Amino acid sequence: MSDPEPERTSPLHAVHSGLGASFTDFAGWQMPVRYTSDLAEHAAVRTAAGIFDLSHMAEILVYGRDAGVFLDTAMAGMLSTIDLMQAKYSLLLTESGGILDDVVVYRLGDTTFLVVANAGNRDAAAAALSERAAGFEVTVDDQSDDYALIAVQGPNSRAILEQTAGITELGLPLDELTYYRATDAFFEGVPLLVARTGYTGEDGFELYLRTTAAVPLWHALESAGAQHGLVPAGLASRDTLRLEAGMPLYGHELDTGTQPAQAGLGRVVSLSKDTDFIGRSAVEAGPAENARVLVGLVSEGRRAGRAGYPVVSGETVIGAVTSGALSPTLGHPIMMAYVEPSHAEPGTALVVDVRGTPIPATVTPLPFYRRKK
Amino acid sequence: MADKTTLKYTPEHEWLDIDGNVATVGITAYAAEKLGDVVFVELPDVNEAVTAGSVIGEIESTKSVGELFAPVDGTVTENNPAVVDEPSLVNSDPFGEGWLIKVQFDAAPDGLLSWDEYSALVGE
Repeated sequence: MSDPEPERTSPLHAVHSGLGASFTDFAGWQMPVRYTSDLAEHAAVRTAAGIFDLSHMAEILVYGRDAGVFLDTAMAGMLSTIDLMQAKYSLLLTESGGILDDVVVYRLGDTTFLVVANAGNRDAAAAALSERAAGFEVTVDDQSDDYALIAVQGPNSRAILEQTAGITELGLPLDELTYYRATDAFFEGVPLLVARTGYTGEDGFELYLRTTAAVPLWHALESAGAQHGLVPAGLASRDTLRLEAGMPLYGHELDTGTQPAQAGLGRVVSLSKDTDFIGRSAVEAGPAENARVLVGLVSEGRRAGRAGYPVVSGETVIGAVTSGALSPTLGHPIMMAYVEPSHAEPGTALVVDVRGTPIPATVTPLPFYRRKK
Repeated sequence: MADKTTLKYTPEHEWLDIDGNVATVGITAYAAEKLGDVVFVELPDVNEAVTAGSVIGEIESTKSVGELFAPVDGTVTENNPAVVDEPSLVNSDPFGEGWLIKVQFDAAPDGLLSWDEYSALVGE
């Protein structure tokens, strides 16, 4: 990535350095890739809890009389009808039906929404929303620089949040806060948005607040988490966790050349809504008949295909891996790949070319891992 | 664990412990940390002839794939079965039990770095 801008750092950067984190460049940000061990951090999230700094994510406020109908036009999903403090996963599409970004939208008020976009797509998402706002009584306000985002993920997350000092005035007790719902609160007097969302396949919360309060909140969560096995977790574990959970990552499984149906995200597109949203006609026409579709692949041994590796049937390349790793939880390689639709049926035997070595792989339904409820 | 300060290094983040005409080869702690948790190691067979600079093995972590380069022209005399069975040895003891191969050579390789030179290279 040729980014002329200097690397940006999170408001929690000094905390990460103090914890001995290794850093990586992610979308122009210097973020923790791991603190001690990817595998230990991954395991902690599956069995106890992990705390992640996601302050690189983009927070774009959309407010004004027309905010709901505007979002119905700007995005693929039906957003004007979601409940107050409900979250919804949605997509920004191009006119040709490709995926510009995948986002989570929160309804914070009757006419106020928060759009959380990927760090790497911040400018594209904000620009698309601003352009699409023409003719609507709505303001698109990119507040990313002012927001920090801390996620606590794992089975012990709720206990940790309930015992975190300084979190007050929760609009809803956490045991009543269901998946993809949010509630207002305060942390040491600073407004806090507590959402039961995540990207790990576990129960967990994402906490939005002003950057100025990020460090004390991190420390308060760490203190409360000490007796619950909470560990700081970096982006390496976040990637293997989301991969096991079958969740797409923009730039790997999603891009502007891919339509939602190819990525298995047809359900996110609301064709039943009346609105002529951007990308609608292209999505209705659908991708080309032989357009590749996203599948899960599993193999034996320890060698996973990685992004870009060819997927082969017989002598013919019929697809490519988009993400792959040795699954820390399952102990065998797991991959997401785009393959020709004729080879997408679960159970289909394929071969992944791992740097010249053919590795047999089998198409399998996503996700690879599902937590026990 | 070998004394890091007496080992020789390559710019590809490998270390060599040279004893006569045999070099024991591993990757540095810096390289192991950059890779993350190593989950798979593939090493050349014993008696395999190797050419300096060519890829002769792989060190794979959850996150990425690293290549093992032959640091010298020669013949592999041993590979470390312990590290194939337990790849995390590369992380836990990169200069010791995490050694990878032994190579017998005719001519000592040129251009190896001292510990101080290697440390300067990686900025630590």
